Amino acid sequence: MSGSTYYVPEQSKWPILASVSLGLLAYGAAMTITAMTADRDSFGPWVLGGGFLILFYVIFGWFKDQIREEAEGLHSDQLDRSYRQGMLWFIFSEVMFFCAFFGALLYVRVFSVPWIGGEGDKGVTNMLWEGFTATWPLLQTPDMKQFPGASAVIDPWHLPLVNTALLITSSVTVTFAHHALKENKRGALEAWLAATILLAVVFLYFQAVEYHEAYTELGLTLNSGIYGATFFMLTGFHGFHVMLGTTMLFVMLLRCFDGAFSPEKHFAFEAVAWYWHFVDVVWVGLFIFVYIL
Amino acid sequence: MATVDVDLPHVKDEDPHHHGPAKGLGRWLYTTNHKDIGSMYLIFSLSMFMIGGIMALIIRAELFQPGLQLVEPNFFNQMTTMHGLIMVFGAVMPAFVGLANWMIPMQIGAPDMALPRMNNWSFWILPFAFLILLSSLFMPGGAPNFGWTFYAPLSTTYAPESVTFFIFGVHIMGASSIMGAINIIATILNMRAPGMTLMKMPLFVWTWLITAFLLIAVMPVLAGVVTMMLMDIHFGTSFFNAAGGGDPVLFQHVFWFFGHPEVYIMILPAFGIISEIIPTFARKRLFGYSSMVYAVASIALLSFVVWAHHMFTVGMPLVGEVFFMFATMLIAVPTGVKVFNWVATMFRGSMTFETPMLFAIAFVVLFTIGGFSGLMLAIAPADFQYHDTYFVVAHFHYVLVPGAIFSIMAATYYWLPKWTGHQLNETMGKLHFWLSFVGVNVTFFPMHFVGLAGMPRRIPDYALQFADFNSMASVGAFIFGFSQLVFIYNVIQNVRAGEKATAQVWDGAQGLEWTIPSPAPYHTFSKPPKVD
Repeated sequence: MSGSTYYVPEQSKWPILASVSLGLLAYGAAMTITAMTADRDSFGPWVLGGGFLILFYVIFGWFKDQIREEAEGLHSDQLDRSYRQGMLWFIFSEVMFFCAFFGALLYVRVFSVPWIGGEGDKGVTNMLWEGFTATWPLLQTPDMKQFPGASAVIDPWHLPLVNTALLITSSVTVTFAHHALKENKRGALEAWLAATILLAVVFLYFQAVEYHEAYTELGLTLNSGIYGATFFMLTGFHGFHVMLGTTMLFVMLLRCFDGAFSPEKHFAFEAVAWYWHFVDVVWVGLFIFVYIL
Repeated sequence: MATVDVDLPHVKDEDPHHHGPAKGLGRWLYTTNHKDIGSMYLIFSLSMFMIGGIMALIIRAELFQPGLQLVEPNFFNQMTTMHGLIMVFGAVMPAFVGLANWMIPMQIGAPDMALPRMNNWSFWILPFAFLILLSSLFMPGGAPNFGWTFYAPLSTTYAPESVTFFIFGVHIMGASSIMGAINIIATILNMRAPGMTLMKMPLFVWTWLITAFLLIAVMPVLAGVVTMMLMDIHFGTSFFNAAGGGDPVLFQHVFWFFGHPEVYIMILPAFGIISEIIPTFARKRLFGYSSMVYAVASIALLSFVVWAHHMFTVGMPLVGEVFFMFATMLIAVPTGVKVFNWVATMFRGSMTFETPMLFAIAFVVLFTIGGFSGLMLAIAPADFQYHDTYFVVAHFHYVLVPGAIFSIMAATYYWLPKWTGHQLNETMGKLHFWLSFVGVNVTFFPMHFVGLAGMPRRIPDYALQFADFNSMASVGAFIFGFSQLVFIYNVIQNVRAGEKATAQVWDGAQGLEWTIPSPAPYHTFSKPPKVD
């Protein structure tokens, strides 16, 4: 490597615009939500909308520059390795984000709910709501007026089981697509990628159906105590990641149609595939700890 | 660390990609240069340090005598909260990231950071995040007033409206930290010059590698905890409300799972800096290089299993109290190794006492005092007495002010000639050091006594018997605060003029950064240097 020169990307307007956008998004979201809870008008949605507009402009522009520079052959192997490491560490940070919510679920199930129910080391807390018994899923909350518990929870062996199968299959199909890309079989690549996206969309549809059922038939809502809180936080946050991943896969499909990626160089595709596997693994955790156990 | 021999093919570059800095404001807005970004981080950090410092002086002015004089209690609470948040996230962390930006590429023989545009993005998020945070001071109900640890339900059920702005501010600030940390890890693992093996890396690089790992591991957890707060406040969930089966203590567990590694994020790079400076001015190799690396790594790993020592009085099962007590005390072992090695490096060295060295020695002594009071707090049964008193305030200010802040000042004085090309004004540097040293101790040492006697923290008024020590602490705080003007003067003077610095700057200094001219050229290495 010694003797080759280093490559430093030239100046770019995208980072500063991305920062402006994040600032507007944060401020606008806070304004909107605060006004919503206080039940008054605000121009928060306009700020938020402005943030989104700039964000989309940045996403399109930044990636466009990136793709152009790669096509010009400016990306050295070293930069490629940096991108790979960056993506892996980003996924690790996402794992830790989910860990916070899984940790919360673990804590309430193993410690705090049994304690309020009078069991264990801190069972004395039962005096707060005498007669409260700890169960899981927690359908009878300590204060049913403030947090009316659900009448039942989602049966893991129907939609969630189907969804598990869908996502695991999609992990396999995206791998098939990757192999097709490496063997330069463009038709198979596009077909497997499209299949992956289809599976993802069906998954999201079923999640929507499940949420609808939870809200309308089971009374399982964000407001139905800690079960609803952890259920919707974990599945919702995961669903949000599936949406992001699906969008990314879709962009990859469009780029495939456009003739992008060579059997040797296709980091963007691989990064999306990694992300997709990560989303799948989290789902398996959800299926076990949120739905079954 | 092994000594490095370098050949210098890199000072003149004709590569078309490598041009001088752009002109005007665009240079700073669009830059991908690690030195520009490092400078912006450092200037941002210094301005936050001043704002947070003014808040500290408002607190100390109110506490100069018992009774309520200057500010409303609610405003006092806003000051303690904002002071903590700004100093932790706005002053100390960005300062270390700025130093990392400046020094890591130069120390490992890289042309720049691994992901230069993301680097610019990480920085520019910060001004927006802190604009949001500071704007909350002018909102109805005032700024966040629940302490920098924002315990639920004080920060959920009973919080002012501005809490939502605080939450989103923390979100984007966290994004900035995570991107910064990813960049640093990628740089260290991927951009080292040939021959710069891991165990040849300067300790500042090593400590930052480990710190960056901690950041990526725990900043998302902070994002998670504020997200749960957001849901509890606005969307009817009950994570931190026992009426729905949740638990306010859950907040504390998740927060401190982030919070304790966060504490080490603020001190590990300081360890690295001190391990660079002491060998230079003792003119000896660092004693026990590899044990230093392993000690930092073990401190970092242990930091994940000690969080509940912040919560001894909250009502945990006995097993938890005992586990977290012993795990915490275990950290004293690798920390002891480090202090021993620093002292052993100085032992029989040809010591001189330039400004960076003075700050470094003060760090070793005063940080150790903070470490010992930490050990006292780690003892669960004793902590029942100390908890939430000024003893805790004394403890963490000893590790953060003459710890983290002194190390940042030491680093600034140590590397400033490399950045600006001008030698330090030693007289003014020493004046700054002695004023700061006296100020810090007069401020924080009496807090141990009032704390042990039972004065609670975060209270604008206090009982009469605490009056003498409090007025003393306030005088010290004003000495320390105003002596930072000397620091600013020194830095500005050094940027503007001064005796021309050599490449070597300090005659005992070792490492790649001292092989390049002072000031360091805009693009340091266009070709990888050889490290033997």
